[in-house]
Amino acid sequence: MKFTLNIWRQPDAVTAGKIHTYELDEVSEDMSFLEMLDVLNEDLNAKGEEPVAFDSDCREGICGSCGLMINGEAHGPEVTTTCQLHMRSFKDGDSITIEPWRADAFPVIKDLVVDRGAFDRIIQQGGYISVNTGAAPDAHATPVPKDKADRAFDVATCISCGACVAACPNGSASLFVGAKITHLGELPQGQAERDTRVVNMVAQHDHEGFGGCTNIGECTAACPKEIPLDVISRLNWDLHAALRHGK
Amino acid sequence: MAVSGLIFIGFVLTHMYGNLKAFGGHDSFNEYAHHIREFGEPILPHEGALWIIRVALIVSLVVHVACAVALWRRAAKARSVKYVVKKSKASSLSSRTMRWGGITLLVFIVWHLLNFTIGKVNVQGGATDDPYNLMVDSFDVWWLTLLYLVAMVALGMHLHHGVFSAAQTLGLTNNDKARRNAKAAGALLAVVIAGGFSLVPIFVLAGVITK
Repeated sequence: MKFTLNIWRQPDAVTAGKIHTYELDEVSEDMSFLEMLDVLNEDLNAKGEEPVAFDSDCREGICGSCGLMINGEAHGPEVTTTCQLHMRSFKDGDSITIEPWRADAFPVIKDLVVDRGAFDRIIQQGGYISVNTGAAPDAHATPVPKDKADRAFDVATCISCGACVAACPNGSASLFVGAKITHLGELPQGQAERDTRVVNMVAQHDHEGFGGCTNIGECTAACPKEIPLDVISRLNWDLHAALRHGK
Repeated sequence: MAVSGLIFIGFVLTHMYGNLKAFGGHDSFNEYAHHIREFGEPILPHEGALWIIRVALIVSLVVHVACAVALWRRAAKARSVKYVVKKSKASSLSSRTMRWGGITLLVFIVWHLLNFTIGKVNVQGGATDDPYNLMVDSFDVWWLTLLYLVAMVALGMHLHHGVFSAAQTLGLTNNDKARRNAKAAGALLAVVIAGGFSLVPIFVLAGVITK
């Protein structure tokens, strides 16, 4: 397969970037998107040019490191991560535009690599439960109803990749925050810090410069883990409750 | 945003219902217009209820616009470098046009108040002291009816997304079913309210409702 790649090149965080065009031939349809970029980088290396910087780690769709805007869609045309997207999802001869996540809270470090530290700082504001460490408790010491366990698990599949922010016309991270709030809020272990969690995480979200949610729904369509939009409703419900409780 | 929006929904529903009095003829419509001013008397002063509603609507408008401006500014700041290519995958047209649609409605409301409440403009140059006759004179003019119908499309779209969005903001859509219901309610209210408002101008222009 043959592709024309329009890739955002930016040498560092402070220098302005722009789109460069590369022609790439002999791409196998079984290659993942990242393998295709690996081939391009080998070409660039051989020519003595600077390879394209992009993030990746597990390459099996669970770590959330890789994330590219591909032809205007976060993670490209399939419901999966960039590493699990394969070139058979494109047509031979296609022109593909590749950009980094665009959000001021995710500054570009180089080329397609962005700093998603803002998500870590949001998690530090309450995306956890405080427990004393020690011997593991009995598995059934704290009963969890099946439906709540299922929902908590479904939304805990969030891998913090940032596609929700990248896809959102408002640049909001509400789906990400909502997933964490719902995950911990469904479980008995999450109740003690439920009010402070939502207030602090939302405050950090706003402080990082993410936009406000207007319930458009692009986030959930871009989410490789199909986190539903109702986690944002849950986030709002918990926030109202916390404010009523004077937090 | 959600609460002020819900106040508007309550208002447009009753306003739409009142407009349908035009189908009852001259006296029915004017009696309704007159009765709003006497509503709540003698406990309330003349036009007392009307002014309570007006103040509530003005406060809601200020809150609604202030929230919209704040969200718009945050969105602009959250992504200062735009994408070269950006697709809309799943969002409805109405959800993506809330801001410009809102501005369209605001401009329309200014004209609408000048037309029927504050200025009482009769584009045909006739009398303006009779609400029913002013209404018929206005909608007899094709371009004015067209302007109102365009505004009703904007209102319908605003309601279509606004109802669902308000339910989300109030935290009422915590599962699939509630979300689908809220979206259906948005579509239903959009059709009922925008459609109900559109009936009177269309029937005036068609010559069914006459002086």
